[in-house]
Amino acid sequence: MTIRASFRKELKYFDLDISFSFAKKNMMVMIGPSGGGKTTIIRILAGLERPDEGQVIFGDEVWFDSMRRINVEPQKRRLGYVFQDYNLFPHLNLFDNAAFAAEDKKQVDELFELFKIDHLKKRKPHMVSGGERQRCAICQALARHPRILLLDEPFSALDAITRRGLREELRHLKGNMSFPIIYVTHDITEALYLADELLPVVEGKIDELWMQRMITREPSKEVSLRAAREPRLTLVY
Amino acid sequence: MDYLALYVTLKLALVTTIILMVIAAPVAYALAYYRFAGKSFLEALIYLPMALPPTVIGFYLIIVMGPKGFIGKAWGMFTGGSLLFTFIGITIASIIYSIPFAVQPMKAAFSKIDRRLLEAAYVLGLSKKATFFRVIIPNSISGIAAAAILVFLHSIGAFGVLLMVGGSIPGQTEVASIAIYEAVEMMDYRAAGMMALSFIPISYAFLLLINKLNEDSRV
Repeated sequence: MTIRASFRKELKYFDLDISFSFAKKNMMVMIGPSGGGKTTIIRILAGLERPDEGQVIFGDEVWFDSMRRINVEPQKRRLGYVFQDYNLFPHLNLFDNAAFAAEDKKQVDELFELFKIDHLKKRKPHMVSGGERQRCAICQALARHPRILLLDEPFSALDAITRRGLREELRHLKGNMSFPIIYVTHDITEALYLADELLPVVEGKIDELWMQRMITREPSKEVSLRAAREPRLTLVY
Repeated sequence: MDYLALYVTLKLALVTTIILMVIAAPVAYALAYYRFAGKSFLEALIYLPMALPPTVIGFYLIIVMGPKGFIGKAWGMFTGGSLLFTFIGITIASIIYSIPFAVQPMKAAFSKIDRRLLEAAYVLGLSKKATFFRVIIPNSISGIAAAAILVFLHSIGAFGVLLMVGGSIPGQTEVASIAIYEAVEMMDYRAAGMMALSFIPISYAFLLLINKLNEDSRV
Protein backbone atom coordinates (compact mmCIF):
# COMPACT_ATOMS: atom_id res chain seq x y z
CA MET A 1 0.00 0.00 0.00
CA THR A 2 1.26 3.43 -0.89
CA ILE A 3 0.50 6.50 1.08
CA ARG A 4 0.85 9.73 -0.80
CA ALA A 5 0.43 13.02 1.00
CA SER A 6 0.85 16.55 -0.18
CA PHE A 7 -0.72 19.35 1.78
CA ARG A 8 -0.48 22.78 3.30
CA LYS A 9 -1.74 24.02 6.61
CA GLU A 10 -1.26 27.33 8.31
CA LEU A 11 -0.01 26.87 11.85
CA LYS A 12 0.55 29.44 14.55
CA TYR A 13 4.28 30.02 14.04
CA PHE A 14 4.91 28.67 10.54
CA ASP A 15 3.19 27.04 7.58
CA LEU A 16 3.16 23.32 7.17
CA ASP A 17 3.96 22.57 3.55
CA ILE A 18 4.85 18.99 2.94
CA SER A 19 4.81 16.36 0.26
CA PHE A 20 5.92 12.76 0.54
CA SER A 21 5.02 9.28 -0.49
CA PHE A 22 5.85 6.06 1.20
CA ALA A 23 5.27 2.68 -0.29
CA LYS A 24 7.19 -0.22 1.11
CA LYS A 25 6.23 -2.45 3.96
CA ASN A 26 8.78 -0.96 6.23
CA MET A 27 9.37 1.88 8.58
CA MET A 28 9.61 5.52 7.76
CA VAL A 29 10.90 7.68 10.59
CA MET A 30 9.81 11.27 10.66
CA ILE A 31 12.52 13.13 12.49
CA GLY A 32 12.91 16.76 13.45
CA PRO A 33 12.96 19.18 16.35
CA SER A 34 10.04 19.35 18.75
CA GLY A 35 7.39 21.79 17.66
CA GLY A 36 8.29 21.37 13.99
CA GLY A 37 4.91 20.05 12.85
CA LYS A 38 5.51 16.30 12.98
CA THR A 39 2.55 15.53 15.20
CA THR A 40 0.30 17.73 13.06
CA ILE A 41 1.33 15.72 9.98
CA ILE A 42 0.49 12.47 11.76
CA ARG A 43 -2.82 13.88 12.96
CA ILE A 44 -3.66 14.90 9.41
CA LEU A 45 -2.89 11.37 8.18
CA ALA A 46 -5.11 9.99 10.93
CA GLY A 47 -7.93 12.37 10.00
CA LEU A 48 -7.91 14.17 13.34
CA GLU A 49 -6.94 17.44 11.70
CA ARG A 50 -7.75 18.90 8.34
CA PRO A 51 -5.17 20.57 6.09
CA ASP A 52 -6.02 23.89 4.44
CA GLU A 53 -5.39 22.38 1.03
CA GLY A 54 -3.88 19.30 -0.56
CA GLN A 55 -4.40 15.58 -0.77
CA VAL A 56 -3.89 12.45 1.26
CA ILE A 57 -4.23 9.24 -0.72
CA PHE A 58 -3.86 5.75 0.63
CA GLY A 59 -3.64 3.06 -2.04
CA ASP A 60 -6.61 3.80 -4.26
CA GLU A 61 -8.61 5.47 -1.47
CA VAL A 62 -8.74 9.24 -1.27
CA TRP A 63 -8.65 10.16 2.41
CA PHE A 64 -8.49 13.87 1.92
CA ASP A 65 -8.83 16.10 -1.09
CA SER A 66 -9.48 19.80 -0.62
CA MET A 67 -10.48 20.30 -4.26
CA ARG A 68 -13.03 17.52 -4.22
CA ARG A 69 -14.08 18.28 -0.66
CA ILE A 70 -13.31 14.78 0.54
CA ASN A 71 -12.34 14.19 4.14
CA VAL A 72 -12.71 10.60 5.29
CA GLU A 73 -13.31 10.53 9.03
CA PRO A 74 -10.73 8.84 11.28
CA GLN A 75 -13.15 5.99 12.05
CA LYS A 76 -13.11 4.85 8.44
CA ARG A 77 -9.37 5.06 7.76
CA ARG A 78 -8.63 1.89 9.73
CA LEU A 79 -5.20 2.82 10.90
CA GLY A 80 -3.31 2.29 14.11
CA TYR A 81 -2.21 5.35 16.04
CA VAL A 82 -0.12 5.21 19.19
CA PHE A 83 0.33 8.49 21.03
CA GLN A 84 3.07 9.42 23.44
CA ASP A 85 0.62 8.55 26.21
CA TYR A 86 -3.14 8.71 26.75
CA ASN A 87 -3.99 5.86 24.40
CA LEU A 88 -5.53 3.66 27.04
CA PHE A 89 -8.95 4.10 28.56
CA PRO A 90 -8.59 4.48 32.34
CA HIS A 91 -11.84 2.63 33.12
CA LEU A 92 -10.82 -0.58 31.35
CA ASN A 93 -8.20 -3.17 32.24
CA LEU A 94 -5.33 -3.80 29.84
CA PHE A 95 -7.03 -6.70 28.09
CA ASP A 96 -10.27 -4.81 27.51
CA ASN A 97 -8.26 -1.86 26.30
CA ALA A 98 -6.43 -3.92 23.72
CA ALA A 99 -9.63 -5.74 22.75
CA PHE A 100 -11.51 -2.43 22.50
CA ALA A 101 -11.64 -2.48 18.72
CA ALA A 102 -10.28 -5.97 18.08
CA GLU A 103 -11.78 -8.06 15.33
CA ASP A 104 -10.74 -11.26 17.02
CA LYS A 105 -10.36 -11.28 20.79
CA LYS A 106 -8.25 -14.43 20.71
CA GLN A 107 -5.62 -12.53 18.85
CA VAL A 108 -5.32 -10.12 21.75
CA ASP A 109 -4.07 -13.03 23.85
CA GLU A 110 -1.40 -13.76 21.27
CA LEU A 111 -0.37 -10.11 21.11
CA PHE A 112 -0.16 -9.96 24.91
CA GLU A 113 2.18 -12.94 24.86
CA LEU A 114 4.25 -11.44 22.10
CA PHE A 115 4.59 -8.18 24.03
CA LYS A 116 5.13 -10.02 27.31
CA ILE A 117 2.26 -8.43 29.20
CA ASP A 118 -0.08 -11.42 29.44
CA HIS A 119 0.33 -11.49 33.25
CA LEU A 120 -1.12 -7.94 33.43
CA LYS A 121 -4.39 -8.50 31.58
CA LYS A 122 -6.63 -7.66 34.53
CA ARG A 123 -4.71 -4.59 35.68
CA LYS A 124 -5.99 -1.10 35.04
CA PRO A 125 -3.64 1.25 33.15
CA HIS A 126 -2.71 3.25 36.27
CA MET A 127 -1.53 0.04 37.97
CA VAL A 128 1.21 -0.77 35.45
CA SER A 129 4.41 0.99 34.36
CA GLY A 130 4.66 3.43 31.48
CA GLY A 131 6.48 0.87 29.36
CA GLU A 132 3.77 -1.72 29.95
CA ARG A 133 1.12 0.85 29.08
CA GLN A 134 2.79 1.58 25.76
CA ARG A 135 3.11 -2.12 25.00
CA CYS A 136 -0.61 -2.41 25.59
CA ALA A 137 -1.24 0.64 23.39
CA ILE A 138 0.65 -1.03 20.55
CA CYS A 139 -1.37 -4.24 21.09
CA GLN A 140 -4.53 -2.14 20.98
CA ALA A 141 -3.51 -0.64 17.65
CA LEU A 142 -2.41 -3.96 16.16
CA ALA A 143 -5.53 -5.84 17.29
CA ARG A 144 -7.56 -3.69 14.96
CA HIS A 145 -5.62 -4.96 11.95
CA PRO A 146 -4.48 -1.51 10.85
CA ARG A 147 -3.53 -0.84 7.27
CA ILE A 148 -0.86 1.56 8.40
CA LEU A 149 0.60 2.15 11.85
CA LEU A 150 1.39 5.63 13.11
CA LEU A 151 3.64 5.84 16.16
CA ASP A 152 3.97 9.37 17.52
CA GLU A 153 6.93 9.40 19.92
CA PRO A 154 5.52 6.29 21.58
CA PHE A 155 8.46 5.78 23.91
CA SER A 156 9.53 9.31 24.72
CA ALA A 157 7.77 9.44 28.08
CA LEU A 158 9.68 6.37 29.24
CA ASP A 159 13.00 6.06 31.01
CA ALA A 160 16.09 5.44 28.90
CA ILE A 161 16.48 1.74 29.67
CA THR A 162 12.83 0.86 28.98
CA ARG A 163 12.93 2.97 25.87
CA ARG A 164 15.95 1.15 24.52
CA GLY A 165 14.36 -2.24 25.22
CA LEU A 166 11.14 -1.34 23.44
CA ARG A 167 13.02 0.18 20.56
CA GLU A 168 14.88 -3.10 20.06
CA GLU A 169 11.67 -5.08 20.20
CA LEU A 170 10.02 -2.81 17.71
CA ARG A 171 12.93 -3.17 15.29
CA HIS A 172 12.66 -6.91 15.64
CA LEU A 173 8.91 -6.83 15.12
CA LYS A 174 8.73 -4.58 12.12
CA GLY A 175 10.00 -7.35 9.85
CA ASN A 176 6.86 -9.36 10.60
CA MET A 177 4.46 -6.52 9.90
CA SER A 178 2.63 -6.53 6.61
CA PHE A 179 1.86 -2.83 6.62
CA PRO A 180 3.86 0.39 6.57
CA ILE A 181 4.80 2.10 9.81
CA ILE A 182 5.44 5.79 10.29
CA TYR A 183 7.42 6.53 13.42
CA VAL A 184 7.82 10.04 14.78
CA THR A 185 10.74 11.01 16.96
CA HIS A 186 13.01 13.93 17.75
CA ASP A 187 15.75 11.53 18.76
CA ILE A 188 18.43 11.01 16.11
CA THR A 189 19.78 7.80 17.66
CA GLU A 190 16.32 6.30 17.65
CA ALA A 191 15.75 7.42 14.07
CA LEU A 192 18.99 5.91 12.80
CA TYR A 193 18.35 2.70 14.70
CA LEU A 194 14.81 2.13 13.43
CA ALA A 195 14.48 3.78 10.06
CA ASP A 196 14.30 2.21 6.65
CA GLU A 197 13.53 5.64 5.32
CA LEU A 198 13.98 9.03 6.93
CA LEU A 199 11.84 12.10 6.56
CA PRO A 200 13.36 15.10 8.33
CA VAL A 201 10.75 17.77 9.09
CA VAL A 202 11.84 21.20 10.28
CA GLU A 203 9.38 24.05 10.78
CA GLY A 204 6.79 22.39 8.61
CA LYS A 205 9.02 21.65 5.63
CA ILE A 206 11.08 18.67 4.58
CA ASP A 207 14.74 19.45 5.20
CA GLU A 208 16.91 16.61 3.94
CA LEU A 209 20.11 18.09 5.30
CA TRP A 210 18.89 18.64 8.83
CA MET A 211 20.32 15.44 10.26
CA GLN A 212 23.70 16.02 8.73
CA ARG A 213 23.79 19.50 10.18
CA MET A 214 22.80 18.15 13.56
CA ILE A 215 25.40 15.41 13.60
CA THR A 216 28.21 17.57 12.33
CA ARG A 217 27.07 20.30 14.69
CA GLU A 218 27.33 22.96 12.10
CA PRO A 219 25.60 25.93 13.70
CA SER A 220 24.21 27.20 10.44
CA LYS A 221 20.87 28.55 11.44
CA GLU A 222 19.16 29.59 14.59
CA VAL A 223 16.50 27.00 13.98
CA SER A 224 18.87 24.09 14.01
CA LEU A 225 20.66 25.40 17.06
CA ARG A 226 17.49 25.35 19.06
CA ALA A 227 16.62 21.96 17.63
CA ALA A 228 19.95 20.43 18.39
CA ARG A 229 19.65 20.40 22.12
CA GLU A 230 17.36 17.49 22.66
CA PRO A 231 18.77 15.02 20.14
CA ARG A 232 22.30 15.59 21.36
CA LEU A 233 21.31 14.76 24.87
CA THR A 234 19.82 11.49 23.77
CA LEU A 235 22.99 10.50 21.91
CA VAL A 236 24.31 9.52 25.33
CA TYR A 237 22.14 6.44 25.41
CA MET B 1 -47.49 11.34 59.46
CA ASP B 2 -48.57 12.12 55.91
CA TYR B 3 -47.03 9.17 54.11
CA LEU B 4 -48.91 10.01 50.94
CA ALA B 5 -47.13 13.37 50.65
CA LEU B 6 -43.78 11.70 51.26
CA TYR B 7 -44.61 9.15 48.59
CA VAL B 8 -45.53 11.88 46.09
CA THR B 9 -42.29 13.71 46.93
CA LEU B 10 -40.10 10.67 46.35
CA LYS B 11 -41.98 9.67 43.22
CA LEU B 12 -41.65 13.19 41.83
CA ALA B 13 -37.95 13.35 42.66
CA LEU B 14 -37.28 9.98 41.08
CA VAL B 15 -39.22 10.67 37.88
CA THR B 16 -37.65 14.12 37.60
CA THR B 17 -34.16 12.70 38.06
CA ILE B 18 -34.58 9.96 35.47
CA ILE B 19 -36.12 12.18 32.79
CA LEU B 20 -33.80 15.09 33.46
CA MET B 21 -30.62 13.03 33.30
CA VAL B 22 -31.60 11.71 29.88
CA ILE B 23 -32.45 15.19 28.61
CA ALA B 24 -29.46 16.93 30.19
CA ALA B 25 -26.75 14.49 29.05
CA PRO B 26 -26.74 15.56 25.38
CA VAL B 27 -27.04 19.22 26.39
CA ALA B 28 -24.05 18.91 28.71
CA TYR B 29 -22.18 17.08 25.95
CA ALA B 30 -22.83 19.88 23.47
CA LEU B 31 -21.77 22.53 25.98
CA ALA B 32 -18.61 20.61 26.87
CA TYR B 33 -17.41 19.74 23.37
CA TYR B 34 -18.87 22.06 20.78
CA ARG B 35 -18.33 25.70 20.02
CA PHE B 36 -21.24 27.43 18.37
CA ALA B 37 -22.66 30.90 17.99
CA GLY B 38 -24.60 32.08 21.01
CA LYS B 39 -23.28 29.31 23.23
CA SER B 40 -22.74 31.48 26.28
CA PHE B 41 -26.22 32.96 25.90
CA LEU B 42 -27.71 29.48 25.74
CA GLU B 43 -25.70 28.35 28.72
CA ALA B 44 -26.82 31.32 30.80
CA LEU B 45 -30.41 30.59 29.80
CA ILE B 46 -30.07 26.97 30.92
CA TYR B 47 -28.72 28.08 34.30
CA LEU B 48 -31.37 30.79 34.71
CA PRO B 49 -33.74 28.72 36.88
CA MET B 50 -30.99 28.59 39.50
CA ALA B 51 -30.91 32.39 39.71
CA LEU B 52 -34.62 33.12 39.65
CA PRO B 53 -37.02 33.07 42.59
CA PRO B 54 -39.05 29.85 42.38
CA THR B 55 -42.25 31.85 42.31
CA VAL B 56 -41.06 33.66 39.19
CA ILE B 57 -40.43 30.31 37.48
CA GLY B 58 -43.81 29.14 38.76
CA PHE B 59 -45.51 32.23 37.41
CA TYR B 60 -44.18 31.74 33.89
CA LEU B 61 -44.95 28.05 34.01
CA ILE B 62 -48.56 28.85 34.88
CA ILE B 63 -48.65 31.14 31.87
CA VAL B 64 -47.30 28.58 29.39
CA MET B 65 -48.92 25.52 30.94
CA GLY B 66 -52.29 27.11 31.55
CA PRO B 67 -55.19 26.47 29.16
CA LYS B 68 -54.16 29.49 27.06
CA GLY B 69 -50.41 28.86 27.15
CA PHE B 70 -48.80 27.07 24.21
CA ILE B 71 -47.88 23.96 26.17
CA GLY B 72 -51.21 23.84 28.02
CA LYS B 73 -53.13 24.32 24.79
CA ALA B 74 -51.23 21.54 23.00
CA TRP B 75 -51.70 19.26 25.99
CA GLY B 76 -55.42 20.03 26.05
CA MET B 77 -55.75 19.22 22.36
CA PHE B 78 -54.15 15.81 22.80
CA THR B 79 -55.59 14.75 26.14
CA GLY B 80 -58.56 16.97 26.71
CA GLY B 81 -57.32 17.72 30.21
CA SER B 82 -55.32 20.38 31.98
CA LEU B 83 -51.66 20.32 32.93
CA LEU B 84 -52.00 22.57 35.94
CA PHE B 85 -52.75 20.83 39.24
CA THR B 86 -51.65 17.42 37.93
CA PHE B 87 -48.67 15.21 38.71
CA ILE B 88 -47.42 15.54 35.13
CA GLY B 89 -47.64 19.32 35.48
CA ILE B 90 -45.49 19.39 38.61
CA THR B 91 -43.08 16.94 37.01
CA ILE B 92 -42.52 19.37 34.14
CA ALA B 93 -42.14 22.21 36.65
CA SER B 94 -39.71 20.20 38.71
CA ILE B 95 -37.63 19.33 35.63
CA ILE B 96 -37.33 22.98 34.59
CA TYR B 97 -36.54 24.00 38.16
CA SER B 98 -33.68 21.47 38.41
CA ILE B 99 -32.15 21.71 34.92
CA PRO B 100 -29.04 23.65 36.04
CA PHE B 101 -28.23 21.04 38.67
CA ALA B 102 -28.15 18.31 36.04
CA VAL B 103 -26.36 20.15 33.25
CA GLN B 104 -23.65 21.93 35.22
CA PRO B 105 -21.97 18.96 37.00
CA MET B 106 -22.28 16.75 33.93
CA LYS B 107 -20.71 19.40 31.74
CA ALA B 108 -17.87 19.72 34.24
CA ALA B 109 -17.37 15.95 34.27
CA PHE B 110 -17.38 15.71 30.47
CA SER B 111 -14.97 18.62 30.12
CA LYS B 112 -12.49 16.91 32.43
CA ILE B 113 -12.05 13.98 30.05
CA ASP B 114 -8.91 14.33 27.99
CA ARG B 115 -9.76 14.99 24.36
CA ARG B 116 -7.02 12.64 23.29
CA LEU B 117 -9.00 9.74 24.76
CA LEU B 118 -11.86 10.62 22.46
CA GLU B 119 -9.49 10.85 19.52
CA ALA B 120 -8.05 7.46 20.41
CA ALA B 121 -11.59 6.08 20.31
CA TYR B 122 -12.31 7.70 16.93
CA VAL B 123 -9.11 6.28 15.44
CA LEU B 124 -10.13 2.87 16.79
CA GLY B 125 -13.29 3.17 14.72
CA LEU B 126 -15.86 4.30 17.28
CA SER B 127 -18.55 6.69 16.12
CA LYS B 128 -19.21 9.78 18.23
CA LYS B 129 -22.28 8.13 19.69
CA ALA B 130 -20.44 4.92 20.55
CA THR B 131 -17.63 7.01 22.06
CA PHE B 132 -20.17 8.79 24.24
CA PHE B 133 -21.46 5.52 25.66
CA ARG B 134 -18.21 3.54 25.77
CA VAL B 135 -15.71 6.22 26.76
CA ILE B 136 -17.31 9.42 28.02
CA ILE B 137 -20.01 7.96 30.26
CA PRO B 138 -17.82 5.37 32.02
CA ASN B 139 -15.10 7.95 32.61
CA SER B 140 -17.42 10.56 34.07
CA ILE B 141 -19.65 8.25 36.05
CA SER B 142 -18.99 9.96 39.38
CA GLY B 143 -19.88 13.37 37.91
CA ILE B 144 -23.05 11.90 36.45
CA ALA B 145 -23.96 10.30 39.78
CA ALA B 146 -23.30 13.60 41.56
CA ALA B 147 -25.59 15.37 39.09
CA ALA B 148 -28.33 12.79 39.63
CA ILE B 149 -28.13 13.14 43.41
CA LEU B 150 -28.18 16.94 43.24
CA VAL B 151 -31.25 16.84 41.01
CA PHE B 152 -32.94 14.36 43.34
CA LEU B 153 -32.26 16.49 46.44
CA HIS B 154 -33.22 19.69 44.70
CA SER B 155 -36.53 18.15 43.58
CA ILE B 156 -37.26 16.96 47.10
CA GLY B 157 -36.75 20.51 48.30
CA ALA B 158 -38.93 22.21 45.68
CA PHE B 159 -41.77 24.23 47.15
CA GLY B 160 -42.72 27.52 45.54
CA VAL B 161 -42.72 26.30 41.95
CA LEU B 162 -44.79 23.23 42.79
CA LEU B 163 -47.27 25.14 44.91
CA MET B 164 -47.91 27.57 42.07
CA VAL B 165 -48.18 25.00 39.29
CA GLY B 166 -49.71 22.10 41.20
CA GLY B 167 -51.45 23.49 44.23
CA SER B 168 -51.92 20.95 46.95
CA ILE B 169 -53.98 17.97 45.90
CA PRO B 170 -53.31 14.99 48.18
CA GLY B 171 -51.88 12.02 46.29
CA GLN B 172 -51.40 14.13 43.17
CA THR B 173 -49.51 17.31 43.75
CA GLU B 174 -49.21 17.65 47.50
CA VAL B 175 -45.54 17.01 48.16
CA ALA B 176 -44.00 16.79 51.62
CA SER B 177 -42.61 20.34 51.61
CA ILE B 178 -46.12 21.66 50.95
CA ALA B 179 -47.65 19.26 53.49
CA ILE B 180 -45.24 20.58 56.13
CA TYR B 181 -46.19 24.15 55.33
CA GLU B 182 -49.89 23.32 55.56
CA ALA B 183 -49.46 21.40 58.81
CA VAL B 184 -47.73 24.39 60.34
CA GLU B 185 -50.49 26.66 59.11
CA MET B 186 -52.99 24.42 60.89
CA MET B 187 -50.80 24.52 64.01
CA ASP B 188 -50.17 20.77 63.74
CA TYR B 189 -46.55 20.96 64.79
CA ARG B 190 -46.33 17.27 65.53
CA ALA B 191 -47.15 16.22 61.98
CA ALA B 192 -44.89 18.94 60.55
CA GLY B 193 -42.05 17.92 62.86
CA MET B 194 -42.27 14.25 61.96
CA MET B 195 -42.16 14.96 58.26
CA ALA B 196 -39.42 17.57 58.57
CA LEU B 197 -37.33 15.12 60.58
CA SER B 198 -37.63 12.44 57.92
CA PHE B 199 -35.89 14.72 55.41
CA ILE B 200 -32.72 15.23 57.40
CA PRO B 201 -31.22 11.71 57.25
CA ILE B 202 -32.12 11.30 53.56
CA SER B 203 -30.57 14.59 52.50
CA TYR B 204 -27.56 14.15 54.76
CA ALA B 205 -26.82 10.65 53.46
CA PHE B 206 -27.00 11.80 49.85
CA LEU B 207 -24.69 14.74 50.52
CA LEU B 208 -22.16 12.38 52.09
CA LEU B 209 -22.40 10.28 48.96
CA ILE B 210 -21.73 13.32 46.76
CA ASN B 211 -18.63 14.16 48.79
CA LYS B 212 -17.45 10.61 48.38
CA LEU B 213 -18.01 10.72 44.63
CA ASN B 214 -16.15 14.02 44.33
CA GLU B 215 -13.20 12.57 46.21
CA ASP B 216 -13.17 9.49 43.99
CA SER B 217 -13.21 11.54 40.83
CA ARG B 218 -10.21 13.53 42.01
CA VAL B 219 -8.03 10.42 42.29
